[in-house]
Amino acid sequence: MLIPCPYCGPRDVSEFTYQGDANRTRPDPLSTDREVWDGYVYDRLNTAGDHREYWQHSGGCRSHLLVVRSTLTHAIVSAGFARDAATKPKKTRRKAGARP
Amino acid sequence: MSGSRAATGGRIDRTSSIAFSFDGKTFHGYAGDTLASALLANGVSTLGRSFKYHRPRGLLAAGIDEPNALVTVLRGDVREPNVPATQIEIFDGLTVESQNRFPSLDLDVGAMNQIAGKLLSAGFYYKTFMGPVAGPLKGTRFWMFCERFIRRAAGLGRAGKTADTARYEKMNAFCDVLVVGGGPAGLMAAKAAAAGGGRVILADLDPEFGGALKWSSETIDGEPSRTFVDHTVSALEDAANVRLLPRTTVWGYYDGNTLAALERVGDHKRDAPKGEPRHRHWVIRAGRVVLATGAFERPIVFPGNDRPGIMLADAAARYAVEYGALPGRKIVVFANNDGAYVSAVALRQAGADIVAIIDVRRSVSDHARKLATRAGGELLLGHAVVDTPGGSRFAGAKVQPFDAAAGTLFGTARTIPGDCLAVSGGWSPAIHLASQAGAQARWDDRLQTFLPPDPGQSWSGAGAFLGRFSTAEAIADGIEAGGGSSDLPAVDDEAPDLAPAPVFEIRPAGGKGSKAFVDFQHDVTAEDVRLAHREGFVSVEHLKRYTTLGMATDQGRTSNVPGLAIMAGARGMAIPDVGTTRFRPPFSPVSIGALAAERFGDLKPHRLTPMHDWHVEEGATMVAAGLWHRPMIYGHPGETIEQAYVREAEAVRGSVGIVDVSTLGKIMVQGPDAAAFLDRVYTGMFSTLPVGKARYGLMLREDGFAFDDGTTWRLSETDFLMTTTTANAGKVMQHLEYLLDIAWPDLKVVLTSVTDQWAGAAIAGPDARKVLEACVTGTGVDDAALPFMGIVHGEIDGVPVMICRLSFSGELAYEVYCGAGHGQQVWDALLEAGKPFAMVPYGLEALGTLRIEKGHVTGSEIDGRTTARDLHLGWMLSRKKPFVGSAMMDREGLVADDRLQLVGLVALDNRPLKGGAHLVDHADRALRDSIGHVTSVCFSPAVGKYIALALVKGGKARHGTRAFISDPIRRRYGAVEIVSHHFFDPDGSRMHG
Amino acid sequence: MAEYSALALLKNALTGNRDWKPAWCKPEPKPEYDVVVVGGGGHGLATAYYLAREHGITNIAVVEKGWLGSGNVGRNTTIVRSNYMLPANVRFYEHSMKLWENLSHELNYNVMFSQRGILNLAHTPSQADDFIRRGNAMLHDGADAVWLTPAEIAKKVRGLDVSAKARFPIVGGLFQPRAGTARHDAVAWGYARGADRLGVDILENCEVTGFLRDGDRVTGVATVRGEIRAKKVAIAVAGSTGRVMRLAGIDRLPIESHVLQAFVSESLKPFIDTVVTFGAGHLYVSQSDKGGLVFGGDIDGYNSYAQRGNLPVVEEVMSEMASLFPGLAPVRLLRSWGGIMDMSMDGSPIITTGPLPGMFLNSGWCYGGFKATPASGWCFAWTIAKDAPHPLNAAFTLDRFHRGAVIDEKGQGATPRLH
Repeated sequence: MLIPCPYCGPRDVSEFTYQGDANRTRPDPLSTDREVWDGYVYDRLNTAGDHREYWQHSGGCRSHLLVVRSTLTHAIVSAGFARDAATKPKKTRRKAGARP
Repeated sequence: MSGSRAATGGRIDRTSSIAFSFDGKTFHGYAGDTLASALLANGVSTLGRSFKYHRPRGLLAAGIDEPNALVTVLRGDVREPNVPATQIEIFDGLTVESQNRFPSLDLDVGAMNQIAGKLLSAGFYYKTFMGPVAGPLKGTRFWMFCERFIRRAAGLGRAGKTADTARYEKMNAFCDVLVVGGGPAGLMAAKAAAAGGGRVILADLDPEFGGALKWSSETIDGEPSRTFVDHTVSALEDAANVRLLPRTTVWGYYDGNTLAALERVGDHKRDAPKGEPRHRHWVIRAGRVVLATGAFERPIVFPGNDRPGIMLADAAARYAVEYGALPGRKIVVFANNDGAYVSAVALRQAGADIVAIIDVRRSVSDHARKLATRAGGELLLGHAVVDTPGGSRFAGAKVQPFDAAAGTLFGTARTIPGDCLAVSGGWSPAIHLASQAGAQARWDDRLQTFLPPDPGQSWSGAGAFLGRFSTAEAIADGIEAGGGSSDLPAVDDEAPDLAPAPVFEIRPAGGKGSKAFVDFQHDVTAEDVRLAHREGFVSVEHLKRYTTLGMATDQGRTSNVPGLAIMAGARGMAIPDVGTTRFRPPFSPVSIGALAAERFGDLKPHRLTPMHDWHVEEGATMVAAGLWHRPMIYGHPGETIEQAYVREAEAVRGSVGIVDVSTLGKIMVQGPDAAAFLDRVYTGMFSTLPVGKARYGLMLREDGFAFDDGTTWRLSETDFLMTTTTANAGKVMQHLEYLLDIAWPDLKVVLTSVTDQWAGAAIAGPDARKVLEACVTGTGVDDAALPFMGIVHGEIDGVPVMICRLSFSGELAYEVYCGAGHGQQVWDALLEAGKPFAMVPYGLEALGTLRIEKGHVTGSEIDGRTTARDLHLGWMLSRKKPFVGSAMMDREGLVADDRLQLVGLVALDNRPLKGGAHLVDHADRALRDSIGHVTSVCFSPAVGKYIALALVKGGKARHGTRAFISDPIRRRYGAVEIVSHHFFDPDGSRMHG
Repeated sequence: MAEYSALALLKNALTGNRDWKPAWCKPEPKPEYDVVVVGGGGHGLATAYYLAREHGITNIAVVEKGWLGSGNVGRNTTIVRSNYMLPANVRFYEHSMKLWENLSHELNYNVMFSQRGILNLAHTPSQADDFIRRGNAMLHDGADAVWLTPAEIAKKVRGLDVSAKARFPIVGGLFQPRAGTARHDAVAWGYARGADRLGVDILENCEVTGFLRDGDRVTGVATVRGEIRAKKVAIAVAGSTGRVMRLAGIDRLPIESHVLQAFVSESLKPFIDTVVTFGAGHLYVSQSDKGGLVFGGDIDGYNSYAQRGNLPVVEEVMSEMASLFPGLAPVRLLRSWGGIMDMSMDGSPIITTGPLPGMFLNSGWCYGGFKATPASGWCFAWTIAKDAPHPLNAAFTLDRFHRGAVIDEKGQGATPRLH
């Protein structure tokens, strides 16, 4: 399996560490909603098909990537910096004054 | 003795005689021979014994499809079992032995299994050996008793207990086009792709490229096909963008067009040149793959079809033409397709007589008739071989009229004498790699075989792999697959049509006659397939698993399709409706050593601190800590381990000691938001930490359990140096990076692992300050300049150092860090400065003793199942802010009273305590009701007793009570007192002093 | 259906083996059953067997998407052991061990359970202490364990590199003598035949495409062979848990499906007489009766339903193998394959009522499901029959994660790839 790191180029899977399901958003740290936290920590979508997931290029640039990959064929649909994906929705929240 | 050397011909060098040993006897062959061809030329007909019935077996094939002739290659005491004789290139001194026979190949007592043949049908083992219900052999004991004998009878070659001395290596390669298979299709594909300018790799499993052209009589562009091959190969050799890999089997098609190949670099050499590996494991990332893997001929199933001397027709021709080794002088051919007629002509031209060609078809093409005439001998159409009378060597074929449409025999049988039977039952393309790539094979009715699916984006196919069997088709396909458009070379031979009659098995009425084998190596007969059908094992996977069909080392190359056909017949359905199994890597077996590559003999890197050599020279006993090597004790002659660490620990408490702490994880946390970040990841507050001070921190996992601990030093407003435990350094780093990238991308923080950049030494003991005073320049180290948890920068022996006053041992102590390259220099300077105070180096055991006395926890206690509160670290959980784990740490399961909690133990019998012992409430040594276990132990010089830390159910409420060690594994029992984990100096006056 | 015995074999051999009957029937689905078990793997078949055998419920269908035993029961490394550390696991797996010990008799089918022992090699003193803690835990909960010194290990496992020069020298090993291996396919076939003999309908090629519902309550399954109503629907589909539960509208579970590769070498004369595991990496190896070395290591470590793995794990496992047994470097890997593991968030299983009314769930086996087969079926059958768990599986609930009552043998938290 080759993962296209946007920084380093396509690299062998052995250079990466799987960091799991990306269909979860870490709850607001101030949240005391147990159900939300339970879901974040323990529950997984476990998609059979195109799966959003994080990979860290731990043997390379150490960036976390947000990868969409088929769990049925292992074909990689897309890969980008997780940071880019994570920053976008947060900006609107910040404007609302809900800095985590 | 029927095989022999032809008078002339073959791609062998008759001027170069080679001596080799087979079962202790010396034989001679020529350079260019395989073991198989050389033994054949020497008249050896039995090369192995079969798996179950120990029947004598000879060569069936000439390539990797060989199921019978497996041998063990010996290099001194190093044994390589199960190598097909067809894959061994002989060299002077080659030593091989046959397998699965006792006492010898010709006289094998295991052959008695044949007498019980009917009993040993498929499923035999499942139906018996259940044994008696009671008595010493009850339960599964009876089976285990029998199993010992069954195991000894089963198995093929014997592996060695002596370490292999060969080198193996891995090579990564990248190319635009990988061409698998160096026959006509592959050669042309490589040539066309190379002309396009891309990087090309061409791999073929044989020593020489050319595939079937090596034993073909065709001419291409007017020159013999072998000359055409030589010209093409030398052109490829000259092309700078082409890498040729002979003796290389591409065996795995993995995700992302990553292919794995095995190059047999040194198997054909007596001695490997210095540094050369025996095998090379190639990992090839290919832009595009051209599969030109050819096809395998398959046999016909008929009674007595396994007698030595019965061989695939194309293999027979190959032995004769490529190796000049005649498999017989009077050859009978048995076929259901025209291909065997070409083989017959080739055998005739090489010097053998064709006695008869027996074809199941009532009529054949004019082309076949012409070929039959050229081959000579009798042409018996509408006939089939129904048995092969004789002993351990083919002597003749019993033939009978056969109605191919009905599959029935009629008329009278007669025997045609001969010394070799060349059989062809049609051809199966080698679609294994395409199947591995994920696609389903499709059945072709005309060719009666499975063809590869339509190619995807990543690969394309060419030639026989696609069921396009002629050389002209292969060449045309190859050029197209390679992306070329050059003129096609002209092939001047009329290729036979390889479409066979749909006849897979000849089955005399009433099941009369000898056993008819489908899978030669696993001794699976046609009757076994039918028995599986009767018992309901009808899906292709059940068939395979119930009968072991296709699961031997040849991986069913010759048996899969005939087996499926017989099952389809039994079920009354078409072959494709029975299904086909998915092929798995490897395509052909790969040595374990090759896949280990450089890691064979050097499994994991060693991590050594800058002071490692000093420790070893000082006589330290080193112990592994993950990949690190750390001093356990610096034992003096005659000391026990306990005496050594007690001496070292006493020295620390009494004067001063020094310990190498370079292995601690060290992470630079830098940036304007560094302090805010630390507040989020630690349970405590770090934004309030003044510059120049350090603080002890605890991290939880998201699920609220304790994760890791360490001190973090504030070097400036925006720079922190975090230390982690040795074991968790990597995990903590990844945890932090994950949070920064994914949870808090808005934080401006940069993390850098600096574990290997800093060497560290801890100086501990009442005289520690004096040692520093004697060697540190550029800064004061007195209590005012360097208070508890303070940090200063100075120099030791001219080397810049960073010193923090913190204590793991409970004594006045300092950690001194310097650039790793100066570690030994600073260490030496510290030792020199410590001399007046009799400073001793101490190891992990003393370090552990000192921290156990203080009740500090490490990985034995922060074991991934304990909480901060379990470890009495609840005071570190800030209530002023959220942090990782804070939302989850108060769940009922994490705060229950009966959780395992940290306590201290004191042995009441004055005997050593041991880690891993359990604790119980009862004294009677009954094995029940464990209440916890011992995590860390030592003899405490400070307490004067054997003490321990332990995790005990509801431990906090048990202080002052008695419990009992229950360690049945080591037979250690005895009473202990449960006490606070703070054994020594609970108020910490010594380290503050 | 005829009993299997040596006598029956002999009789049939004399008549050309023509009278053997199918090991299990291939009936048409009935419109309704008391219990439908989804999943014709080891656990599903064992569940049906014990429902019939222990609880007298025989109006049962086992529905299987493909061929029977096509999941992990037919693609594992066949190891049977109860060498766990945490009490809930030790007790459960020890119950399984006891069922294994009489299984061939019970099923009248030789599952070739061979109690050749499992040896966990320890490579540092602290690892030895950890293993001894586990051994002691086993002994306190009724399992068996002994400690072997390097000299004893050298005698027991010849060919093992026991030298002090090894990269990870062996300091000792925890040995469970009653552990061993079994013939994996035979376990599926034996339970199928056993259940069939008690009246259970085994429906192959019967993929579930949906659930029949009455409000929240599950009242049956829709299959490619028609709708089947059931009073109780039990799910035992291992790696497919996520896919099947999604059909019931449950999108998120504390489970990830991962691929685990397994390997077999070419057939050898007896080389290793026990099961050996490597403590400084992740490797387990034994030898089948046919002679192949059967071995495996870590999961590939990413979500997958593909039943295929990648090269890094292959190389890692082979390097550990060659390191432990340096004489095996020339021996050749014959075949590899992949199975889909239902990795739970704490590495321990789930056998529970719910999560919907009328539904029961058996999952989360990670890569230890084979040895659990008898006890899993036994406990699941109990839970289905009584609508409540047996004490042996009372801890294996679905809500334990949220409550924090996790059973975390490896202490890795909610990171499935590390369990």
